[in-house]
Amino acid sequence: MSRANVIDLGYLVAAVLFIVGLKGLGRPRTAPRGNLMGATGMLIAVLVTLVDQSILSYQFLAIGLAIGIAIGALLALRVQMTSMPELVALFNGFGGGASVLVAASSFIEINELGNSTGQIAVAAAVTSLVGAMTLSGSMIAFGKLQGRLTWNGFRGLPIVRILVALISLAFAVQIGGFQPEGQLSLWLLIAGGFLLGILCAVPIGGADMPVVIALLNALSGVAASTTGFVLDNSLLIIAGSLVGASGLVLTQIMCKAMNRSLLDVLFGAAPSAVDSGDDIYGDQVTSTSAEEIAMLLEIAERVVIVPGYGMAVAQAQHAVRELMQTLQASDVEVSFGIHPVAGRMPGHMNVLLAEAEIDYEHLLDMDQVNPTFKRADVTIVIGANDVVNPAARNDPDSPIAGMPILDVDDSRTVVVVKRSLSPGFAGIANPLFIADNTLLYFSDAREGILEVTKALTES
Amino acid sequence: MTLLIAFTLFTLAVFLGLELISKVPATLHTPLMSGSNAISGITLIGALVSAGADHSTLTTVLGFFAVVLATINVVGGFVVTNRMLSMFTKRKKRES
Repeated sequence: MSRANVIDLGYLVAAVLFIVGLKGLGRPRTAPRGNLMGATGMLIAVLVTLVDQSILSYQFLAIGLAIGIAIGALLALRVQMTSMPELVALFNGFGGGASVLVAASSFIEINELGNSTGQIAVAAAVTSLVGAMTLSGSMIAFGKLQGRLTWNGFRGLPIVRILVALISLAFAVQIGGFQPEGQLSLWLLIAGGFLLGILCAVPIGGADMPVVIALLNALSGVAASTTGFVLDNSLLIIAGSLVGASGLVLTQIMCKAMNRSLLDVLFGAAPSAVDSGDDIYGDQVTSTSAEEIAMLLEIAERVVIVPGYGMAVAQAQHAVRELMQTLQASDVEVSFGIHPVAGRMPGHMNVLLAEAEIDYEHLLDMDQVNPTFKRADVTIVIGANDVVNPAARNDPDSPIAGMPILDVDDSRTVVVVKRSLSPGFAGIANPLFIADNTLLYFSDAREGILEVTKALTES
Repeated sequence: MTLLIAFTLFTLAVFLGLELISKVPATLHTPLMSGSNAISGITLIGALVSAGADHSTLTTVLGFFAVVLATINVVGGFVVTNRMLSMFTKRKKRES
């Protein structure tokens, strides 16, 4: 068997492993095996590539691989579960960045050998644009998730973005149609993609974050796929488009959970700003204490906990587990209601609660938990706001009108654990806070839950 | 590979991807994302060829950095996914 045959066969095996692996990742029981299959496929792909006869020197490869393995493993093993969204964004960006570099490197090489075609030029152009956008967009998302970047500029300025898109498109046409050898336009295009990523990601924050993270995931796949067109490599095309498609499905799920279109999330106008929370709610808010909540919980039979980003920020998941165990010890039924866009990435709350060793059988998604709120004696909302805002259901003029929400207001008593009355990212007032059956517990999520557990055990 | 064959692969893989991921429970959204992200690091095999082809200093340097970034993406992605998923299974074992 010739070398080329070995490589192609290896790629086929890798492609099959990726497909079976992705399928496995879709079910809890098979997910660990699915991930392992994906990793095996990658290992096979890398090993057979190393016998490629166009690879002449190995020292740079060895150094590059060693550095990458060290940094990757270190990041993956050291990161806290609460920082998972940042890490996913970072890896996404690296993937996109790598695709740009590969496309640029190969395009230059192909050009200098005089083998360039229109197909390769267009593919290189698309990769540069999408990959650079993935890289810069992910870096912005990373900064925002770390809390270092809080500026939400550019929002409601669609003209800026349309302009950038047009310029980028012009470059693409130029490379593709007229200048298969143009290297300058390639660099300009990379710069254009970079700019586009920044302009798209800077206005995003809060509840829109899961959509953007999922979209960036899809884009990193697309970039890998178009790199395959540059290199004439079937495995890159297959694996890249698989990831692109699965990322798109996830993006769609997130958009549906917010009842917004992707375009609206990316290019939508700014929600009308609201002044400080105290002005909207006045003195209609009923506040409460840990002791009072403990008394409510003592006589409760069924408690639902609704976590949000506030739980992640305060790292309150372990405190929540303790509260759950304390309640369960006195035969209270505890379940968790999880909105698809709670937190900053798809599945964010599930990961945090899993880290705190809360069984995922207690975690109910929106459709499962909503009918049960009527039977709940106490619902504890921890650091969630927009996903429990009844205005989405009742007020057709609300900016979040039509967004599916958790109907926590159906339960007998709602306890909202919140640091202050500041509106959520969307800047929308929440009528839940002034409802008759709602009690506000002003506290940091972790401290607050610990206090409640303490009050429960002491009584 | 002709352009048409390349497009055929692309289109079929997109449809396959859409089919594979249509019904995923929320619990697995994050692991699925980080796992598939690791797979998108497949661009690593292109990076290896670029970095090792010895064409010019520029292409080798670009390829080298691509190898570093893609390897971080691949290794980090699979390892972190494994870490997340083991949080689910560990608990299962302890209970049984």
